[in-house]
Order: sequence, then C-alpha cells, then structure tokens
Amino acid sequence: MKDWNDAPGGFHPASAPDFLPRRELGRLQLGRLQAVVARAFERVPLVRARMEQRGLEPRHLESLRDLARLPFTVKTDLRDTYPFGLFASPMEEIVRLHASSGTTGKPIVVAYTEEDLRVWTSVMVRTFAACGLHRGDVVQNAYGYGLFTGGLGAHYGAEALGATVIPISGGNTERQLMVLKDFNVTAICCTPSYMVHLCERAKEAGVGFGRLKVGVFGAEPWSESMRAHIEREAGIRAHDIYGLSEIIGPGVGIECHRQDGLHLFEDHFYPEVIDPESGEALQDGAEGELVLTTLSKQAMPMIRYRTRDITALVPEPCACGRTLRRIRRIGRRSDDMFIIRGVNVFPSQIEAALLQVEGTLPHYQIVLTREKGLDEIEVQVEVTPDVFSDVVGALEALRRALESAIDHVLGLRVKVTLVAPRTLARSEGKAKRVQDRRGV
Amino acid sequence: MKIRQLSLFLENRPGQLLVPCRLLGEAGIDILTMSLADTQQFGILRLVVKEADRARALLEAAGMVVNLTEVLAVDVPDRPGGLAEVLAAFDRAGVSVEYMYPFATRERGKSATLLFRLEEPDRAVKALQEKGVRLASSEELFARAGA
Repeated sequence: MKDWNDAPGGFHPASAPDFLPRRELGRLQLGRLQAVVARAFERVPLVRARMEQRGLEPRHLESLRDLARLPFTVKTDLRDTYPFGLFASPMEEIVRLHASSGTTGKPIVVAYTEEDLRVWTSVMVRTFAACGLHRGDVVQNAYGYGLFTGGLGAHYGAEALGATVIPISGGNTERQLMVLKDFNVTAICCTPSYMVHLCERAKEAGVGFGRLKVGVFGAEPWSESMRAHIEREAGIRAHDIYGLSEIIGPGVGIECHRQDGLHLFEDHFYPEVIDPESGEALQDGAEGELVLTTLSKQAMPMIRYRTRDITALVPEPCACGRTLRRIRRIGRRSDDMFIIRGVNVFPSQIEAALLQVEGTLPHYQIVLTREKGLDEIEVQVEVTPDVFSDVVGALEALRRALESAIDHVLGLRVKVTLVAPRTLARSEGKAKRVQDRRGV
Repeated sequence: MKIRQLSLFLENRPGQLLVPCRLLGEAGIDILTMSLADTQQFGILRLVVKEADRARALLEAAGMVVNLTEVLAVDVPDRPGGLAEVLAAFDRAGVSVEYMYPFATRERGKSATLLFRLEEPDRAVKALQEKGVRLASSEELFARAGA
C-alpha cells in the first residue's frame, strides 16, 4: 500500500487532488484542455493564426493525443508580443502582473486574474503539503519579492497553508541566520546555492539552524551531491521545486518526501516531452524537452509552451501514492541559457552589452565559479586594435563601461577581464561561450 | 619633432613580457627605451625602436595588439631643478600630460631626455618651443643611443 499516511507531516487534505485516479484525471484534463484551447483560439491572435494556418479549430481536439497536433509557443513569442500581446483577459480583469528576464533585456510579462491567483495559491499549498509542511510551520521565504514570481508565489502558498510566513526576501545573510534561529523557523525557501552560502556562513559563525527541518529549493538546477551536502550541513530534508513564470511561477512541480523525481500538478499543467530537434512527441520515459500547456489559466493561457528544459516523464507510479506523473530532476537545457544566483542569463544578453559599448562584437568568454556558495561571473573580453588605447585610464574606462553595460542588461554585477587577443578558444559551429566551473 | 612609440597590451600573466622582447630580439630590433605601465589586471608596454613599422608588423603577425603613438622627446637640464623648470614651462603653456618616462640614454652632465605623451601634441610643440623648451628629434635620439 502507498505510504502517504506515513509521510512526514502526515496526509494534508489540500493534497487530495494529487491522488485523483488516472481515468478521472484524464477526463478532467481533456475538459480543461478543450476549454483553454477554445479560449486561446478566440482571444489570442497568435494562437489563432497558427492554428488556422494548419487548418485546426478547437473542435478538432477530441482526445489528449490531439494536443500533439497543435502549434508550439516559444519564448520569443512573448518577446515579440511584449508587453500584453498574449493576454486572453481584458486589463480590468487582470489583478497581477509579473515579469522575468527575456533574451534581449526586455522582460517577459505574465498576468493573472483573481481565479489565476487562486489556482496559483492552490498549487503552492499542495507544494508545501507535499514537503510535509502544515499550519504550525514557520516558513522563511528568502526568494526575491517583486517582479520575480518566486517571492510572492511562495508567500501566498505558505500563507494559505496556514503556516507563519516571514517575507524576508533575499540577501543580508547575517539577518537571515538570526531570523532563522530567533523566529523558530521550520522551513526555508530560497535558491540552493544561497542555501549553500547560508551553511558556510553559519559554520563560520558557529551558529546552528535551530528548528529548521525542510528546505524548498529551486530557480536553478542543482545536483544530488549538492542536495546531500545541504541535507548534511543543515540537518534538513531538501526538496526540489520546479516552475517557470511563463506557466505560472513556482508551483508547476515538487518532490514529495520520496525525493525521487518531481510531481507535476498536471491537473493544471499538462506535460509533454518532445524531441527538441524534430518537435515530435515522445513516450513517457524518453528524455527530451519539456512542453507544458496550462489547463486553467485565464489571463495568459499557454498552449504547448517549449520550456527548453531537458527531462523525462517517469512512467512508474511513485511510492507516495500520488497519481501525478513525475519528471526527472532537470539538469540541463536545450539552449544556452544559464542561471546565476537565481537569475536567468542568456549569453546573447551579454553580447548585446559588449556590442553596445564597442560597436563590434569582440571574442569573449563567460566563466562561472562559485566561492563559498556564492556564484561569481567573469566575462573575459579580448582586446582588439579598435579599443586598445595607449593610455591606461582609457582601458580602465572601457572595462568599467563594459561592466556597467552588462550590469544594466542583466541586473547583475559582473567582473570584466581584458585579455590578450587570440587567447580565447575558437570553435567551429556554435561557440562554447560559457565555462561553468561551479561543479553543480 | 614627434617620436614614434609602440605600445602593446599585456595580460598580467607570467611570461607575457618575454614574448614581445624575444620576438624583437630575434629580429635584430634594438629597443632604445621602454616603459611598463601596470594595473592589477593588465599592463601596457611602451617601446621606442628605430624601425617602428617593421617592429609593429612583426608583433601584429604574432597576434599582439599594437598601437603606434606619437610622443615628444623633451631635453631636460641634467641638474637638480631641471625637471621642475621644464614642467613649469608646460604649465605656462597650458599643456596637459597623459604620461611620461625617461629615455634610456642621456648625455651625462648635459641633458636627460624624457618622453611625453600629451593631449594635444601639435599645439604643444609650438607652445613649448615658445617657452624655450628644447625638443629632440628622432634622428638625434637614435644618434645618442648609437642606433
């Protein structure tokens, strides 16, 4: 028999939808899918145009398998329709806007109606329940509050769960450690690399983690060895959480207490895995790119959104008893995006900054390292005859101008190092711009 | 009146200074004077050689980034106070200095030579000569250095 009753924290009533029998779940999914496709077809010009191009109408969606006939949505669609081109609700019905970084510096805007917020909160409640949390827990939310969906997403969920929420947001490590102990915190939400940093600092200061028992870590990929490290150092259970703003924010998937793959809330987010080259839908178990369709979002329904995350759907049911399918932990992407300190970065953004300062694109390399749990980013730029000045001050000014331009685009302080020409590796085809030495 | 000076970008790594020096040595090009300006990250090597164009072509072929700049060679009385007088003249002439360094060879007891990079070299030449500052030509410098 499934062990959900023996799970830490016991069974939480909010988790009931996680255990829906597959047949019922399938009926629910199809009904919602038909409704969302009809809504998108009616109200989102981009979706309608693409469907009409293929001679497709909402009525053609007769089974879940028919979803594979529908066109994809990709990240550049959000950029191209900036700011509100993908919305399916009028502005008066939209009660929240969030934004995250896009490939060129213009943010990707996402929207929520009251109902969308209710759904978001409900999946976040289920997320925390799956981690064994309930009323009486004290949750320190160190995800960034603001346009980023992480902070408010976790906040609303933990609050609706009935936990005591501390909206501490990110930064100020000393204060984080102080609050953690003094406020009797039992669960923490933050990026895994920040947790590593907290562990380092706690060790240095000789302070413990008080009553902390659970961590909910996401917004960047992290390895099993990093998990083992965090669990050992902090004496907690470390859960992997998955989400993306384009779909809802955090709350798309979560590891249950078995910590063996992430359950997707597929009653709200229908998953497919496709071959990233051909776009062909793959069977459960095969590795490929995760594609998600929102089943209940009103303000911004997303039909077959290509996430660029590489994973596989796990065919076997989980021992916890949940019928929600799991995906394998996400280790890599199909594009060149990387994540540093929880911020998504595309090399093309850095290129744009270099181009803007120098007028041409020099050879460059991005080197990522980790010092005591904190990610560092160095951009090495080759000096060209055009920019080489005989005067030290001018070269220093160039360096600072590059750092400033990159900071402006990414919102991250980076270190720019000028290097001699021809010292950075050249390659045929796609240049490997990023050297990730963080050993994640 | 202007002296042609080469400048090279050097990364702050071991062996970086050796590369251009060895190249020039192997090509039989004599370095008449040099100066190394350094920051934490990189250095700028400034050189005066007799065959500036040949040296530049050589260094660029080896993949280095090379600039050619014009600097002024100023003869300074080789006695205490000599430099101060010259700099005072610069001041009166309203000439602004980017950097300076001494030329390796000098006529003992007569004058030392300093190389200056100035913001507006053409205007500076006229202004300085009016104030009685003595400028040396490339030919004179090369002769003094026995090049």
